[in-house]
Parts: sequence; structure tokens; C-alpha cells
Amino acid sequence: MDIHEYQAKEILSSFGVTIPRGGIVYSPETAENKAREIGGSKWVVKAQIHSGARGKAGGVIVCNSPLEVAQATDKLLGKKLVTNQTGPEGKIVNRIYIEEATDIEKELYLGLVFDRSSESIMVVASTEGGMSVEEIAKEKPKSIIRSKIEVAVGIQSFQARELAFGLGIEPELIRRASETIVGCAKAFSELDATMVEVNPLVISKQKQILALDCKMSFDNNAMFRRDKVSELRDKTQEDDKEVYASDRGLNYVSLDGNIGNIINGAGLAMASMDMIKLAGGEPANFLDVGGGATPEKIVKAFRLITMDKKVKVILVNIFAGINRCDWVAEGIVQALEKIEIKVPLVIRLAGTNVEKGNKILQDSKLKYIEANTLEDAANKAVAALKK
Amino acid sequence: MAVIIEKNTKILVQGFTGKMGTFHAEEMIKYGSNVVGGVTPGKGGQKHLDKPVFNTVKDAVNNTGATASILFVPPAFAADSAMEAADAGIKTCVAIVDGIPSHDMIKIKRYMRRYSRNEKMTLVGPNCAGIISPGKSMLGIMPGHIYKEGRVGIISRSGTLGYEAAQQLKNLDIGISTSVGIGGDPINGSSFRDIIEKFETDDETDAVLMIGEIGGPQEVAAGEFAKENMKKPVIGYIAGLTAPKGRVMGHAGAIVSAYGESAVEKVEMLKECGVTISKNPSVMGETVKLVLNKI
Repeated sequence: MDIHEYQAKEILSSFGVTIPRGGIVYSPETAENKAREIGGSKWVVKAQIHSGARGKAGGVIVCNSPLEVAQATDKLLGKKLVTNQTGPEGKIVNRIYIEEATDIEKELYLGLVFDRSSESIMVVASTEGGMSVEEIAKEKPKSIIRSKIEVAVGIQSFQARELAFGLGIEPELIRRASETIVGCAKAFSELDATMVEVNPLVISKQKQILALDCKMSFDNNAMFRRDKVSELRDKTQEDDKEVYASDRGLNYVSLDGNIGNIINGAGLAMASMDMIKLAGGEPANFLDVGGGATPEKIVKAFRLITMDKKVKVILVNIFAGINRCDWVAEGIVQALEKIEIKVPLVIRLAGTNVEKGNKILQDSKLKYIEANTLEDAANKAVAALKK
Repeated sequence: MAVIIEKNTKILVQGFTGKMGTFHAEEMIKYGSNVVGGVTPGKGGQKHLDKPVFNTVKDAVNNTGATASILFVPPAFAADSAMEAADAGIKTCVAIVDGIPSHDMIKIKRYMRRYSRNEKMTLVGPNCAGIISPGKSMLGIMPGHIYKEGRVGIISRSGTLGYEAAQQLKNLDIGISTSVGIGGDPINGSSFRDIIEKFETDDETDAVLMIGEIGGPQEVAAGEFAKENMKKPVIGYIAGLTAPKGRVMGHAGAIVSAYGESAVEKVEMLKECGVTISKNPSVMGETVKLVLNKI
């Protein structure tokens, strides 16, 4: 789960990381007041969307008066921002963060992620802040320093110090820099985060160490014990269909193609999408109805796929084990009594009682194309598209 | 002997009396697995499915001599249950449950470092289908009858894609020595490398089919191990060619976040390790057959 910049800043600030003064607003009127309240003579108006690279997309505006702050807020609110991470449809701006401008002396990079090789938390830092970590890795790989946190004991002061000295930070600022790194690591561990990124982490001309932009992601599997973090979820930043799916216990990812998929199991779903691609088609989605493929889930899946206007063919691929194909077939027939499908439907069943399952589908009034193998199903779906 | 479990391996079901535990315990018993009892704290002394129920894993182990367990415990309590199994001397524990936080998985693995190599429990999963040695024993939730007895080892992150492979092999009259579902989470108990190493020394296995997917370094780590240490041929398939970068594809671990984690990159690296790649998921069985014919 992702959260907004201002939310990440509030969290990190509670862990001892210094952030510039700022506040969240939802209208131009309150923006002007907020700017006065913050004080100073220069402000940054930042669109809050779940994406990086907002600056390049026009989502960050520097202002020299409270009036300008109001105007910039007015300009951004309600707008869809398209960045290189949002996809062409962009993300809607409903919240604006107003922040005092910072006199930057130096920009650094600080990130924490799970390292799957060592199964520990990896701190990544670089003197080349402001660029994405991928860009840094490509253009200035030598600037990157790393430190592994032993999860059982947490980050140690010496590790934070080593990183701070490694970043070339001057001696009188080392203590603050270390505290900042320790704060980020504690927030990561204590809140079940999967990613914390401060980019840039800046040294201001006034010799403050400030988190200028922050990002945090959390482990969805741990949300049952993170009530406060769960409350930060902003569904307006997610794809409508993905929200619909997650509310109904379906694993769904919206994609750009036009062949809709209903599959049981994440691995089989990815494999079926691969087959579609190899057959010359493009999948419209990833959808895993769960290993069991219960009739209730299948009904929900058909409703979801029919919401997607891009879908020109639907491919159902179910490997029924303990749940038997005849039972799954009955579920499909029942689902399609309730939901009208206007596009060609390809169904492939496999596993236990496959003959019985196919017989039930054949004997129903259902209009569909029967397929036998994964390859056959993908070929027939792509062929149906061309008709 | 088969890898990991044998015909008579004594099995405990943790979360025995719950709906999931009951259903799958019955399926395992039907298959012929030697389920000797289960654990549900507070229900010790009762009988369930004609088997004794215990309050703690230690009680269960002391009374039954069980060496394996399977977890049907909700995600919030799963880490605790796995550590309890390790501490009670269980040798093999399969965690079926989907939804264990990554921090908890790391905790379990760190906790298990207290045991010496010989005393250490093999944890398989979480978020997996479990283990089956066809004709011998099933410590999992798979449909047992699609697995023909034979000499190919399977390791798969995905459950249903593993079933698909078993079925393809059966249709070609090829059997399986053991199939291990290692699960779809980013941090798991046993990696591809851990299991492939066991297959190399297993005298009932001739070749290994490794079914991977996007995300993480494990498939390539196993490929590198195979290149250096294995005589038996390895066949591989990686799912997720069409998966966009940075998106979680159902499995918590199926996300491309770094170089080397996409399907295309993994396939290239596995090829360099001498792994025979199944060009698509529909021909996993045929690819295994071609390799077996060359032995």
C-alpha cells in the first residue's frame, strides 16, 4: 500500500526526521491562509498523488506570495497529473501540500527496502539526490553506499554514522544525519513498511538536514495490525476496477490490452497472459480468483471484467483440483445466467472431472468457445478477436 | 527414499479443528498420509477425525512422535505457530497460509538460526500448495490424483501452475518423485536452491522442473547452484512475461523491482546456467520429455 508524501512526512517526523514546515489543504482559500500561517516569503505548492516525478509533470509550483499559493492550488486541484509512473490516464489531485521553500545547499538520496537476497532491510544512500535511484545506479553507480540492517536487532548507531560519513556530511551535522537515518529505519521496522525513500534528503544553507520529499509503502499482509497506517489509504489514487476487485477479495491488475482474463491462481494467471502474448494478443488484465475458484468469486470476476470497456474477448482458464471441473462449470453457468456477456467467451477447464465439466458447459445455453490446452485457449482467444 | 517426506512420515495438523484444517486433513488421510493428530490450543484431549488433539506442539510430538506438520493457522498467528513447531523438534513444516507479513517471515528465519544444521526444521511456504511424493505421502493441499508416481522432481512457486505441470506430465505418462510448492511470498522458508539441492542427492529423481515467476533472485540462485554442483538436468519456466514493472501480480513476491527480476532477464540468466527453458507454459511437460529422452 502506498501513501501520500505529506502522510509519509508526518510519520517520519514522528520518528525524529526533520521536515520543512507545511500543511495540507483542499481548497485555494485555505491555501492562502495556510501559506500565511506557515510564514516566510517563498512557498512550494505540491500536488499530492501516488507517484514520483511530479515536478516534471507540473505538479510542483514555487510561489512568492500567499496569493500565488492560492492560484497555484486552484490550478492543480481537480487536475489529472500524468507522470512517467502513472500511465497515460494520470492520477487525480485532490489534496495539496503547501510547504515553506528550502534554501538547498546539497541534495542526497536515502532509501530503505527489503533485500530479498539477504532477507534483511537494506539502506541505500547516495550523494546524488534528486534523481531516481535507477538513474543514480545507471549514471553514478559509484556514489551509492549500502548498509544491511539485521532485522532482529534493528539499525545500530555505527551503521547510521558510517552512512552519514560515507555521504561526506560535515562533522557538526553527523549527529543529526545519523538520527535521520535511524528514524527512517525505525519507521520501516515498526510500521511494517516495505519501502521508505527520502529523495532528496537535503542539507539547507542554514545547516539543517531536511526530508524534502518522502515516499513510503507498506506490506498489505501486515495491515491487520496497522490500523493507523490502513486509514491512510486513498482509493482515489487507485484504478477503480482495482479498488472494486480488492474490496471483493480478488487479485486484479488492470493492463492495456483487450483480452480479459479470469484465472485461478497467480502463477497460472501470469502463464495464461504469457500465452496470450505469444499468440499475438494483449491481456486486458491480470485476475486471480483464488486457487479454489468458488462460484461466488467467478460471479464477481465476470462482473469486474464486463466493467472494462477495453475487453473484446474473455478468456476463462480454470485448473480445478479438489474443487472439480463439474462444480466450477456449474458456477460459470450460474454466473452467466446473471451477467450478460456481449463479447466472445473462451473457456478452458483442466484437472479433476474435466469431461464432466465440459459436458455441463456444452449442455447449457451458454455461447462459448471450448479450449483444451493453455495454448489452444490463447490461440482461440486471439482468433476470436480478429473475427 | 523420497526427498523431505516418506511414506510413513508422522504428520501433525496445526489449526486441526478449523474449517481449512479439517478439510485438508481429511484429504491427506484419504490420500494415505500418516496424519497422527493435530494441535488446537484449548482443545487438547479431544478427538477430531478420530485423531487426538493437543494443546501444544510439544505435547503432540511427545505423544505421537510426529516429525512433520502442516499449518492452517490464520496469518496473524502463523509465525508463532511455525516457531512453536521448530522448537518442538518438528523436522518439516509446511505453511499453507497466504498473508503472513514479511517482517514475521524474517523473524521466523532468524529464530531458527538457534538450531544447528542437523536440528533445524525445514520450513516450506508460506502461501504454497505444500509437498507431495506421489504414492507415498501428501503434506499439502494439492489434488493428489493428478500426480503420477515417477522420477521427475518439481519445484514451483505457484500452486495451480504446478498442478498444470503435473497434469501435462501425466498426460505424457511421465511421473513425479516429489513436487514441492515453495510459495509466492517474497520471503519464504525454503528457496529453489534449498530444494534443488535435495533433489540432486535424491536417488529417486532423474531431472528437476523448476517453475518460477517474476520477482526476487531465487530462480537464478538455483540456476547458478545447478551449474556448479548438479549432474541432473534442470528444466525451467518463468511466468510473467507480460507483467508490468512495479506491480504486484497476485503473489506478494511477484513484483519486478530490480534488474534481473523480470521474466525475460531470468530466462536469459537461467539459459547461461545451462537450464533448459520451456518456451511457454503449455509445453512444460514436452520440454521435460525431450530432456529425459537425452539422459
